[in-house]
Amino acid sequence: MQASREPAMTDPRPKHLDLTRIRLPVPAVVSILHRVSGAALFLLLPLVLYLLQASLGSPDSYVRMRAVIEQPLVKLVLIGLLWAYLHHFCAGIRFLALDLHWGIALQPARRNAWAVLAVSLALTAILGARLW
Amino acid sequence: MVKRIVVGAHYGLMSFLAQRITAVAMALYTLLIVGVLLVAPPAHYGDWKALFAQQWMRLATFAFLMSLLLHAWVGMRDIFMDYIKPTGWRLAAQAAVILALTAYAGWSIQILLGA
Repeated sequence: MQASREPAMTDPRPKHLDLTRIRLPVPAVVSILHRVSGAALFLLLPLVLYLLQASLGSPDSYVRMRAVIEQPLVKLVLIGLLWAYLHHFCAGIRFLALDLHWGIALQPARRNAWAVLAVSLALTAILGARLW
Repeated sequence: MVKRIVVGAHYGLMSFLAQRITAVAMALYTLLIVGVLLVAPPAHYGDWKALFAQQWMRLATFAFLMSLLLHAWVGMRDIFMDYIKPTGWRLAAQAAVILALTAYAGWSIQILLGA
Protein backbone atom coordinates (compact mmCIF):
# COMPACT_ATOMS: atom_id res chain seq x y z
CA MET A 1 0.00 0.00 0.00
CA GLN A 2 1.13 3.51 -0.81
CA ALA A 3 -1.01 5.17 1.83
CA SER A 4 1.84 5.63 4.32
CA ARG A 5 3.72 7.93 1.90
CA GLU A 6 0.79 10.28 1.50
CA PRO A 7 0.09 13.21 3.79
CA ALA A 8 -2.04 12.42 6.80
CA MET A 9 -5.66 13.44 6.38
CA THR A 10 -5.61 16.37 8.80
CA ASP A 11 -7.65 18.76 6.60
CA PRO A 12 -11.20 19.11 7.78
CA ARG A 13 -13.29 16.91 5.50
CA PRO A 14 -16.40 18.49 3.96
CA LYS A 15 -19.55 17.59 5.87
CA HIS A 16 -21.95 18.35 3.03
CA LEU A 17 -22.89 17.13 -0.46
CA ASP A 18 -23.53 20.60 -1.89
CA LEU A 19 -22.57 20.28 -5.57
CA THR A 20 -21.85 24.04 -5.83
CA ARG A 21 -19.32 23.89 -2.97
CA ILE A 22 -17.60 20.56 -3.68
CA ARG A 23 -14.26 21.11 -5.39
CA LEU A 24 -13.32 18.01 -7.37
CA PRO A 25 -9.62 17.10 -7.44
CA VAL A 26 -8.22 16.55 -10.95
CA PRO A 27 -8.39 12.71 -10.84
CA ALA A 28 -12.10 13.03 -9.97
CA VAL A 29 -12.63 15.39 -12.92
CA VAL A 30 -10.99 12.81 -15.22
CA SER A 31 -13.16 10.10 -13.69
CA ILE A 32 -16.50 11.87 -14.15
CA LEU A 33 -15.51 12.95 -17.67
CA HIS A 34 -14.71 9.28 -18.39
CA ARG A 35 -18.27 8.47 -17.46
CA VAL A 36 -19.76 11.41 -19.36
CA SER A 37 -17.72 10.65 -22.49
CA GLY A 38 -18.65 6.95 -22.25
CA ALA A 39 -22.35 7.78 -22.09
CA ALA A 40 -21.95 10.20 -25.03
CA LEU A 41 -20.18 7.53 -27.08
CA PHE A 42 -23.00 5.07 -26.36
CA LEU A 43 -25.64 7.63 -27.35
CA LEU A 44 -23.81 8.57 -30.57
CA LEU A 45 -23.13 4.96 -31.60
CA PRO A 46 -26.09 4.86 -34.05
CA LEU A 47 -24.67 7.93 -35.81
CA VAL A 48 -21.28 6.21 -36.14
CA LEU A 49 -22.87 3.02 -37.50
CA TYR A 50 -25.00 5.06 -39.91
CA LEU A 51 -21.92 6.90 -41.21
CA LEU A 52 -19.94 3.65 -41.53
CA GLN A 53 -22.81 2.03 -43.42
CA ALA A 54 -23.21 4.99 -45.75
CA SER A 55 -19.45 5.21 -46.34
CA LEU A 56 -19.26 1.55 -47.40
CA GLY A 57 -22.65 1.13 -49.09
CA SER A 58 -22.13 2.51 -52.60
CA PRO A 59 -20.37 5.41 -54.35
CA ASP A 60 -23.61 7.40 -54.09
CA SER A 61 -24.11 6.81 -50.38
CA TYR A 62 -20.42 7.59 -49.86
CA VAL A 63 -20.91 11.00 -51.49
CA ARG A 64 -24.06 11.52 -49.39
CA MET A 65 -22.09 10.66 -46.24
CA ARG A 66 -19.42 13.21 -47.17
CA ALA A 67 -22.15 15.84 -47.62
CA VAL A 68 -23.68 14.97 -44.23
CA ILE A 69 -20.39 15.36 -42.35
CA GLU A 70 -19.75 18.70 -44.08
CA GLN A 71 -22.73 20.28 -42.31
CA PRO A 72 -21.56 22.63 -39.53
CA LEU A 73 -23.80 21.12 -36.85
CA VAL A 74 -22.71 17.58 -37.72
CA LYS A 75 -19.08 18.74 -37.74
CA LEU A 76 -19.55 20.11 -34.23
CA VAL A 77 -21.10 16.84 -33.03
CA LEU A 78 -18.25 14.88 -34.64
CA ILE A 79 -15.62 17.09 -32.97
CA GLY A 80 -17.39 16.41 -29.67
CA LEU A 81 -17.44 12.69 -30.51
CA LEU A 82 -13.72 12.82 -31.32
CA TRP A 83 -12.96 14.42 -27.95
CA ALA A 84 -15.18 11.88 -26.15
CA TYR A 85 -13.34 9.00 -27.84
CA LEU A 86 -9.89 10.45 -27.16
CA HIS A 87 -10.67 11.31 -23.55
CA HIS A 88 -12.21 7.88 -22.95
CA PHE A 89 -9.17 6.28 -24.61
CA CYS A 90 -6.56 8.24 -22.60
CA ALA A 91 -8.43 8.03 -19.29
CA GLY A 92 -9.07 4.33 -19.93
CA ILE A 93 -5.35 3.66 -20.38
CA ARG A 94 -4.74 5.58 -17.14
CA PHE A 95 -7.29 3.41 -15.33
CA LEU A 96 -5.68 0.24 -16.71
CA ALA A 97 -2.32 1.53 -15.42
CA LEU A 98 -3.86 2.26 -12.02
CA ASP A 99 -5.23 -1.32 -11.99
CA LEU A 100 -1.60 -2.44 -12.31
CA HIS A 101 -0.63 -0.02 -9.49
CA TRP A 102 1.33 2.22 -11.86
CA GLY A 103 1.27 5.92 -10.99
CA ILE A 104 -1.08 5.34 -8.10
CA ALA A 105 0.51 7.55 -5.41
CA LEU A 106 -1.10 10.95 -4.86
CA GLN A 107 1.31 13.20 -6.77
CA PRO A 108 1.86 10.93 -9.82
CA ALA A 109 -1.90 10.27 -9.96
CA ARG A 110 -2.57 14.03 -10.06
CA ARG A 111 0.09 14.55 -12.72
CA ASN A 112 -1.12 11.75 -14.98
CA ALA A 113 -4.71 12.96 -14.56
CA TRP A 114 -3.61 16.40 -15.85
CA ALA A 115 -1.77 14.60 -18.66
CA VAL A 116 -4.97 12.75 -19.68
CA LEU A 117 -6.91 16.05 -19.89
CA ALA A 118 -4.12 17.80 -21.80
CA VAL A 119 -3.28 14.99 -24.23
CA SER A 120 -6.91 14.27 -25.17
CA LEU A 121 -7.63 17.99 -25.73
CA ALA A 122 -4.42 18.46 -27.73
CA LEU A 123 -5.12 15.40 -29.90
CA THR A 124 -8.70 16.61 -30.45
CA ALA A 125 -7.37 19.99 -31.62
CA ILE A 126 -4.72 18.43 -33.90
CA LEU A 127 -6.96 15.74 -35.43
CA GLY A 128 -9.96 18.08 -35.59
CA ALA A 129 -7.91 20.66 -37.49
CA ARG A 130 -6.51 17.99 -39.84
CA LEU A 131 -9.91 16.46 -40.58
CA TRP A 132 -11.46 19.85 -41.32
CA MET B 1 -34.12 -21.54 -2.12
CA VAL B 2 -30.50 -20.99 -3.00
CA LYS B 3 -28.59 -19.27 -0.23
CA ARG B 4 -26.11 -16.87 -1.73
CA ILE B 5 -23.25 -15.33 0.21
CA VAL B 6 -23.32 -11.72 -0.91
CA VAL B 7 -19.81 -10.74 0.16
CA GLY B 8 -16.71 -11.99 -1.62
CA ALA B 9 -18.49 -14.15 -4.16
CA HIS B 10 -16.91 -12.40 -7.18
CA TYR B 11 -20.28 -11.62 -8.78
CA GLY B 12 -18.81 -8.55 -10.45
CA LEU B 13 -15.52 -10.12 -11.48
CA MET B 14 -16.64 -11.25 -14.94
CA SER B 15 -17.98 -7.77 -15.74
CA PHE B 16 -14.78 -6.19 -14.43
CA LEU B 17 -12.64 -8.52 -16.57
CA ALA B 18 -14.86 -8.18 -19.65
CA GLN B 19 -14.69 -4.39 -19.39
CA ARG B 20 -10.89 -4.43 -19.27
CA ILE B 21 -10.28 -7.13 -21.88
CA THR B 22 -12.59 -5.37 -24.35
CA ALA B 23 -10.87 -2.05 -23.51
CA VAL B 24 -7.47 -3.47 -24.44
CA ALA B 25 -8.88 -5.02 -27.64
CA MET B 26 -10.45 -1.70 -28.67
CA ALA B 27 -7.27 0.24 -27.86
CA LEU B 28 -5.25 -2.12 -30.10
CA TYR B 29 -7.80 -1.77 -32.92
CA THR B 30 -7.65 2.01 -32.55
CA LEU B 31 -3.87 1.98 -32.94
CA LEU B 32 -4.21 -0.39 -35.92
CA ILE B 33 -6.75 1.79 -37.72
CA VAL B 34 -4.77 4.98 -37.02
CA GLY B 35 -1.69 3.24 -38.42
CA VAL B 36 -3.55 2.09 -41.54
CA LEU B 37 -4.99 5.57 -42.11
CA LEU B 38 -1.57 7.19 -41.67
CA VAL B 39 0.31 4.74 -43.94
CA ALA B 40 -2.27 4.62 -46.73
CA PRO B 41 -5.01 7.25 -46.30
CA PRO B 42 -8.00 6.20 -48.46
CA ALA B 43 -8.51 9.04 -50.93
CA HIS B 44 -11.87 7.98 -52.36
CA TYR B 45 -14.66 5.41 -52.14
CA GLY B 46 -12.71 2.70 -54.00
CA ASP B 47 -9.80 2.75 -51.53
CA TRP B 48 -12.11 2.77 -48.51
CA LYS B 49 -14.22 -0.08 -49.90
CA ALA B 50 -11.10 -2.11 -50.77
CA LEU B 51 -9.80 -1.69 -47.22
CA PHE B 52 -13.00 -3.20 -45.77
CA ALA B 53 -13.16 -5.91 -48.44
CA GLN B 54 -10.16 -7.60 -46.82
CA GLN B 55 -11.02 -10.41 -44.46
CA TRP B 56 -8.62 -9.37 -41.66
CA MET B 57 -10.05 -5.85 -41.65
CA ARG B 58 -13.64 -7.15 -41.48
CA LEU B 59 -12.77 -9.54 -38.66
CA ALA B 60 -10.82 -6.90 -36.72
CA THR B 61 -13.65 -4.39 -37.13
CA PHE B 62 -16.23 -6.99 -36.13
CA ALA B 63 -14.21 -7.89 -33.01
CA PHE B 64 -13.90 -4.16 -32.23
CA LEU B 65 -17.64 -3.55 -32.57
CA MET B 66 -18.58 -6.59 -30.47
CA SER B 67 -16.07 -5.52 -27.81
CA LEU B 68 -17.60 -2.06 -27.90
CA LEU B 69 -21.11 -3.43 -27.35
CA LEU B 70 -20.04 -5.57 -24.39
CA HIS B 71 -17.99 -2.68 -22.95
CA ALA B 72 -20.95 -0.31 -23.40
CA TRP B 73 -23.21 -2.76 -21.58
CA VAL B 74 -20.94 -2.89 -18.52
CA GLY B 75 -20.53 0.89 -18.53
CA MET B 76 -24.20 1.73 -18.98
CA ARG B 77 -25.18 -0.81 -16.32
CA ASP B 78 -22.72 0.85 -13.91
CA ILE B 79 -24.24 4.26 -14.63
CA PHE B 80 -27.79 2.98 -14.12
CA MET B 81 -26.86 1.17 -10.90
CA ASP B 82 -25.38 4.42 -9.54
CA TYR B 83 -28.08 6.89 -10.53
CA ILE B 84 -31.41 5.10 -11.05
CA LYS B 85 -32.56 3.93 -7.64
CA PRO B 86 -36.13 2.66 -8.31
CA THR B 87 -35.71 -0.97 -9.39
CA GLY B 88 -38.43 -0.83 -12.06
CA TRP B 89 -36.96 2.18 -13.81
CA ARG B 90 -33.46 0.73 -13.60
CA LEU B 91 -34.59 -2.57 -15.14
CA ALA B 92 -36.46 -0.71 -17.88
CA ALA B 93 -33.36 1.34 -18.72
CA GLN B 94 -31.17 -1.77 -18.73
CA ALA B 95 -33.64 -3.61 -20.96
CA ALA B 96 -33.64 -0.66 -23.38
CA VAL B 97 -29.84 -0.71 -23.54
CA ILE B 98 -29.76 -4.48 -24.09
CA LEU B 99 -32.27 -4.17 -26.94
CA ALA B 100 -30.33 -1.29 -28.50
CA LEU B 101 -27.01 -3.13 -28.27
CA THR B 102 -28.53 -6.31 -29.73
CA ALA B 103 -29.91 -4.27 -32.64
CA TYR B 104 -26.48 -2.62 -33.14
CA ALA B 105 -24.89 -6.09 -33.24
CA GLY B 106 -27.22 -7.08 -36.10
CA TRP B 107 -26.60 -3.76 -37.82
CA SER B 108 -22.81 -4.24 -37.53
CA ILE B 109 -23.01 -7.67 -39.16
CA GLN B 110 -25.17 -6.25 -41.94
CA ILE B 111 -22.68 -3.42 -42.58
CA LEU B 112 -19.62 -5.66 -42.62
CA LEU B 113 -21.19 -8.45 -44.71
CA GLY B 114 -22.28 -5.89 -47.27
CA ALA B 115 -18.84 -4.32 -47.36
